[in-house]
Amino acid sequence: MAAVGRTRPEGASTGRGWALAGPALAWTTAFFLAPMVFVLAYSLFRRVGGELVASLSFENYRRAFTEAAFRTALVNSLEVSVITVIASVLVAYPVAYLLAYRMPRRWGQVLLALAVLPFWTSYVVRSYSWLLVLAKEGVVNRTLMALGLVAEPITIANTRAATVIGFVHFFTMLMALTIYASLVQIPESYRKAARDLGASGWRTLVHVTLPLSLPGVVVGAFLTFVLAIGDYITPQILGGAQELLLPQAIMLQVQRSGDFPMAAALSAVLLLVIGLAYLASARRFGLGAR
Amino acid sequence: MRRVGLASAVPRSPMRWLGSVLAYGYLGLVYAFIFLPVVALMLFSFQDGLVPVPPFHGPTLRWYAELFADERMMAALRNSVWVGLTSSAIATGLGFLAAYGLARYRPPAASVIRGVLIAPIAVSYLVIGLGLSIVANQLGVGRSLTLVVIGHVVINLPLAFAVVLSQMSPAQERLEKAARDLGASEVRVLALVTVPVLLPGLLAAFALSFTLSWDEFVIAFLLTRFDVTLPVEIWSSIRTGLDPETNAVGTLVFLLSVGLLAITLAVVSRLSRRRV
Repeated sequence: MAAVGRTRPEGASTGRGWALAGPALAWTTAFFLAPMVFVLAYSLFRRVGGELVASLSFENYRRAFTEAAFRTALVNSLEVSVITVIASVLVAYPVAYLLAYRMPRRWGQVLLALAVLPFWTSYVVRSYSWLLVLAKEGVVNRTLMALGLVAEPITIANTRAATVIGFVHFFTMLMALTIYASLVQIPESYRKAARDLGASGWRTLVHVTLPLSLPGVVVGAFLTFVLAIGDYITPQILGGAQELLLPQAIMLQVQRSGDFPMAAALSAVLLLVIGLAYLASARRFGLGAR
Repeated sequence: MRRVGLASAVPRSPMRWLGSVLAYGYLGLVYAFIFLPVVALMLFSFQDGLVPVPPFHGPTLRWYAELFADERMMAALRNSVWVGLTSSAIATGLGFLAAYGLARYRPPAASVIRGVLIAPIAVSYLVIGLGLSIVANQLGVGRSLTLVVIGHVVINLPLAFAVVLSQMSPAQERLEKAARDLGASEVRVLALVTVPVLLPGLLAAFALSFTLSWDEFVIAFLLTRFDVTLPVEIWSSIRTGLDPETNAVGTLVFLLSVGLLAITLAVVSRLSRRRV
């Protein structure tokens, strides 16, 4: 968007911009900013004997970091999200690389479009689909048993592995997109120059291509981390209730205990983690690219 | 341009041949991984039996028949369409006005407006839903589909705003100026010049919003009780275990989304081609 008023229409136009943005601003203020203020305020409240007490205490935060159930949920969430990010990068990078460099451009784009097609299944349905595949009686177990590879069905559903598989499935698609976008922006002459100067294919990859595609990797990794750590659906359907992640712990406070202050404090912790992830990766977003 | 082509090259050495086999094999594996659940979902929606697991019997359309006879699912489907259309229309309308105001009048502190409008993107749906739920509780407002519409506008507005804003160009501004110079009122300019020229962007914003609302679960889950949207209804049917009817509804949702995507892409690219 153009930043400076070149052809600012004369007269009462200064107020007009704000007036036009007014309804959208009002909506966001009333239904987003105000509720966020309430979440932060509630996180300082207490729930004593089923009654809400408006107080100014950091007790909920203390509990979030010290009580075993909450701390484990936070640690689980961090672990699962980090594993998801790493696994998704490892799976998606070669895909994006092959599509960008080893295929005619047209084919690469067709295959990329094909790769993101399952994005359009509903998110809840996608987790359910993995349940079909991973359940005790599911596709994987039935196949393994028919082939005589295992005698008893192996347990995948309702474990952390199932959650990670569901996440990696979803985020590989996302990551392939952002990495592909980065790779096709690297001028071919750079890689050619490296090869002409005698670098092997491997060295070209490590010293030229990889560093230049880093912005795509970082953007993809950031989005993956943020979306994974805030997601309730996949861990609840695939991971089950044995090992809780942070969003599940938050939902449990709301649904089971009706403890909104505790849920609000855990939400604030979640937002804090996302904010830190942003600070850690923001500096790298702009690198290279153009 | 040198293409170390998988698609084109005749393998020149055993090493290169091996490399191609590995590359193809890897791509094949990843694509199998990506499509495995979708294929399982679709295939077993035609399962002639009570559980959607191998071995496959059938095909039968029985579960689709049961789905269409399932009043709860159909009601949830109608609710989802209503919530999607309403929230997308509001989000696109508000987003358009804000983008137009920012691009054309360049008000002071425009970056503040942009920052506020984009902010909801940074917050997890779960927390947005929790916030609205707390406020509704405070005000003594019961859970309802109207609240879901409100929540979905919150999550769609940033995207609709950003999409429309990215479509604003100086060329359009000159057109509007020309119309104004020829004596058209502000309202006429908006209705006869701005909106038609921006139509592809507006449609894209609307379709994107609809897709997100159509798919959104957590906010709808927190803000509804009896009248629910389709993802919430599917969620409760998942809790009772694997069921071919869930496969059927999942398959339909997938086909509807892909159809909507295809139509939107076709319309938008057609409109953009004859655009100024």
